Amino acid sequence: MEKKKKRLVIRTIILAVLVLAIGYTVYGTATKDKVELIAVGSQAPDFTLVDLNGEKHKLSDYKGQGVFLNFWGTFCPPCEKEMPAINRQYQVYKDQGVQTLSVNIAQTDFEVQNFVDRHELKFPVVIDKTKDVMTTYNVGNLPATLLIDPDGKVVKITTGEMTEEKIASYMELVKPK
Amino acid sequence: MENIICACGHSNPYGTKLCEKCGRPLTEEGKQTKVVDMRYDGTAIRSKTYNKTVIDKIWNFFSNVKVGITLIIITLVAASIGTILPQEMYVNAPEPSKAQYYEKVYGLFGKLYNNLGLSNLYSTWWFQILVGMLATSIIVASLDRGLPLHKSLKNQRVKRHESFMKRQRIVAEGQVPNPDETLDKVEQKMTELKYHVRRDGSALLAERGRFARYGPYINHVGLIIFLAGVMLRLVPGFYVDETIWIREGETRAIPGMDGYFIKNNKFILETHGNKPQDEKMNQGVNAMAKNYQTDVTLYKQPDGALPGDIDNLEKLRDYSIRVNHPLKENGFALYQMNYRLNELRQMNFNLVNKANEEDSLGQIQIDLTNPKKEYDLGNGSSVQILVYTPDFAGFENGEPQTKTSIPNNPAFIFKMKTPETPKGEVSFVEIRKPPFEPLGENKYRMKFAGAEMRNTSNFTIRKDSTIPILFVGGIIFMIGVVIGSYWNHRRLWLQVEPDGRVLMAAHVNKNMYSMKKDLDTVTTFADLPPYEDQLDKSEDVKKSTKEKEGDNTL
Repeated sequence: MEKKKKRLVIRTIILAVLVLAIGYTVYGTATKDKVELIAVGSQAPDFTLVDLNGEKHKLSDYKGQGVFLNFWGTFCPPCEKEMPAINRQYQVYKDQGVQTLSVNIAQTDFEVQNFVDRHELKFPVVIDKTKDVMTTYNVGNLPATLLIDPDGKVVKITTGEMTEEKIASYMELVKPK
Repeated sequence: MENIICACGHSNPYGTKLCEKCGRPLTEEGKQTKVVDMRYDGTAIRSKTYNKTVIDKIWNFFSNVKVGITLIIITLVAASIGTILPQEMYVNAPEPSKAQYYEKVYGLFGKLYNNLGLSNLYSTWWFQILVGMLATSIIVASLDRGLPLHKSLKNQRVKRHESFMKRQRIVAEGQVPNPDETLDKVEQKMTELKYHVRRDGSALLAERGRFARYGPYINHVGLIIFLAGVMLRLVPGFYVDETIWIREGETRAIPGMDGYFIKNNKFILETHGNKPQDEKMNQGVNAMAKNYQTDVTLYKQPDGALPGDIDNLEKLRDYSIRVNHPLKENGFALYQMNYRLNELRQMNFNLVNKANEEDSLGQIQIDLTNPKKEYDLGNGSSVQILVYTPDFAGFENGEPQTKTSIPNNPAFIFKMKTPETPKGEVSFVEIRKPPFEPLGENKYRMKFAGAEMRNTSNFTIRKDSTIPILFVGGIIFMIGVVIGSYWNHRRLWLQVEPDGRVLMAAHVNKNMYSMKKDLDTVTTFADLPPYEDQLDKSEDVKKSTKEKEGDNTL
């Protein structure tokens, strides 16, 4: 009886390992080509980029505050559409401890400056010249927005255009308590 | 599921065909045949023994050789269907139009092929599950057969029962004058023939090449290691296959290689023949390329630097990436894969009076990678750029839009100031189009005066840490195949019965010829009674060989 029990346990373990391996392979292949951002719940990778005035912005400098991190380009119409709303909500939430940081993907200073002037953007706009941060965050489709809580954890990831209500509710999400 | 008690008193597990101790056939079938089936040395295949729980049922399913062979055939057929048309990743069409490509090039069949998912067959869940089931079958079947076989071979008794001896293919029976001397002589000769000889009283077992029986199991281990290696590619860090487009003069973070940056200094395309054939070269048609080369500089961030921090990049080295000469660093390799020639980098314009276009007030040179807001021409004239769109795609709400960030179709809104027009005139200039003057007729215009181009290189970044694993798996597989194919397990039993008869039997898992050669030698040397091949003259030679299913070398 003891022997049979042992055999059953060994067989179960072997089959379970094989099922897990096959499952992992199928799942891994299915999700391989999908552009996946950093996982929700993980620590947002720190980075440092330079804004249009030559000032450095480091993500970890915002520790203790929520961060609304937005990736965009002037060639992306939905990015442009949501910009004024982000600008308005930035002004509402900046004094409540939610900062906005906007990352342009490797465009020229001229274009970015022009865009900032045209939309009178008040929040810092940095340019990812080498696409390093874009690669680190695995950003594919624009616009991509990450909400980072005061502890530096990613709490929400969204791609595509956002309405002003959504933007406000996201900023509310990472407001320090 | 009771144990089988043999006539010799030994208790064998259910399903045993030949008694583990004395070799007596235990099945009715075995008792009636002339030559017993020596596959797995007559041990009980484990799957046949327990069939109670769901786990046992699944286990037994995979342990079945017929199931295994069916899986092999299905996998083979599926894999070959995937070769009828090129797989999606090898189709030379942009990502979104690949579906149309199949229909356009291969017609209805192509459309069907693509719609059924056969154009991406090797990544489909069902193909992977099929391979996974095959792997499961290999593992389970090997464990079920290999372990009992190993146990049985390890615990072989020298002395076997007469009924076992007589049911071997090679048998001999007779009287010898001096049994002890015969045994000694056989031992001497068989040792000379590199057999391992064991004796137990009046019985002798000579054995050679037992490891040949393990060949199939070794090759299964190799296969499993190989499959595991392929699977590991999905584990982050083991396999990187990224791609990057980088223009001359640009510095980019290398995807997949954290902390490394690469700068494209120059792309060189050399073709055979003296006359550069511009249009053909552009299209890559009929141009016999001699060399594709990108001169690059590799940089690394200092340790602990954050992503995006490029202030203190440390130059590692300059390198010329050519075909078959990748840039190698830290297990990664960057290969030259593709290129694009002639992307606009700089555009020059002359500020001219429309009335007299020959007379220029000066030239501005716009670096498209870093356009300036204002260009002062000295003489009281200046040009401001109000808007720059690299890839103009029409107006929306009065604002010019850009499709991409690549200068495929640059457009500008200039404000031109001259002493004659101090307030400035506004002009929208699109490449290869007449200027558009939104605020009324202008006196001056920006006249295109040439451009500078740059090229773009495409690299793939590869890292494959699974290669050593695949290599080891492949080698083990081959070792298994060689062992199983070129060696054979030969055994000779000799024993003197109490009544003075000498019984001899021999078994070989393949290559009977080699066994007979050894038998001839030893029979002559030790004056043994002549042996007989029971299958040779028996009518059921054909029948018997036909009946054996599967691999009888196991």
